[in-house]
Amino acid sequence: MLIRAQALVAGWTGPATAALDFVLESGQILGLTGANGVGKSTVLAALAGRARIFSGVLEKRPGLRLALQTQDVPPVVGLPLCGRELLALTGATQDGLPPWLVGRLDERFDRLSGGQRHYLTLWAILRAPADLVLLDEPTNNLDAAGVAHLAGALRDLARRGPGLVVVSHDHEFVEAVCDQVITLREAVDVV
Amino acid sequence: MWSDLFLLPFLTGLCLALVLPVLGCFLRLRDEWLAALAYAHVAAAGALLALIGGLPPAFGGMASAALAGAGKRIFARRLAGGAAFAVLLLAGWAVAVLLAANQPLAEQLGHSLFDGQLYFSGAAQFALVLPSSVFAGVALWLLAKQLLLARVYPDYFKARGLRDWPVVIGFDLVAALTLALATMSLGVMGGFALVFVPAWITFRRARNWRNGVLLAGAIGVVGYIAAFALALGLDQPFGPILALLLIALGLIIA
Repeated sequence: MLIRAQALVAGWTGPATAALDFVLESGQILGLTGANGVGKSTVLAALAGRARIFSGVLEKRPGLRLALQTQDVPPVVGLPLCGRELLALTGATQDGLPPWLVGRLDERFDRLSGGQRHYLTLWAILRAPADLVLLDEPTNNLDAAGVAHLAGALRDLARRGPGLVVVSHDHEFVEAVCDQVITLREAVDVV
Repeated sequence: MWSDLFLLPFLTGLCLALVLPVLGCFLRLRDEWLAALAYAHVAAAGALLALIGGLPPAFGGMASAALAGAGKRIFARRLAGGAAFAVLLLAGWAVAVLLAANQPLAEQLGHSLFDGQLYFSGAAQFALVLPSSVFAGVALWLLAKQLLLARVYPDYFKARGLRDWPVVIGFDLVAALTLALATMSLGVMGGFALVFVPAWITFRRARNWRNGVLLAGAIGVVGYIAAFALALGLDQPFGPILALLLIALGLIIA
């Protein structure tokens, strides 16, 4: 078991999510989906230890190594940093990178297109050495080819052992990629 | 120029010309380039206070800058967005000017600190600057990955359970001590020029971080050597010549 949530209610200044139950094992992908504002990102932040847990229980395997990707864009504009250096920062491997990025790793990161930047920042987290990878809306800013490659990369990563939690508003993507899917409801409806 | 009279001042400045631009890259990475001016002014005030108190000015300058570097974290929440550096700059400047205005000894040293006194650097100053520059270079090399990671991926940094305060305090201390030493040798603005301009050019032109750090160091050394020779040849103060040369270099390259 990597993590187990029992009647977990998370939030920042007050309870903001419905109670949540799940167990995630190594090699599994859990999808969290639902309408805007139901607290998908807040749950992810609670799993990462950033948001508060107001009730319920969250158990984590001791020594769990986390990798967290948020929706915040890294402040790289104007920074002389190339893609290869970005991957080296998190210890991410280049193996499996899509062909449209492999040849651009030595270019300045802030001179890549928005989609290329997003995929590379995502890849630096996705392929960092970790036992549990937490991704918040990973399909944002990706075109169809990017989404298709990401789906394959997530399945490939899960086969190697880590567990993944994917927050996304894209039901189709979540259903296609994840082993279990939880659709979050408004906190007031459930609690 | 290579006589004993100028060799030690030249070597003292050369050490700083190598390390200050690299420090400038990390200050710019953290959006803290104003720190260069803040620590320099605090160091100047500390040096003057030490002089009046009968202590070595270099000790006073380094101690006050180190205290400011370590202490600014206490007020970080109240003085966010670079306000801490603005407050330190104003306080350092005000104390230094008041001391210089009221103490004849301090007035002379005050002028030297703000204008630079590189040509008066002797063996004692060089013996302080050389190991400090090596220490600063090694410390920055060791802290580089953590500083970059904390800046680019702050959430990942925290999720891994990495604590940023040892990295931040370590960096603040290195920055404060290096800038205090630079103020004692190159003056407030001479040191600031070497921190600000090479990093500014580098961030615009470098292809990657590694090249950027090397480029910044190279710009600092070339600018410094040219300014040293020019200032001696034209019998002009070193600080303004260095600043003008670096600005010209910056406008051409950037």
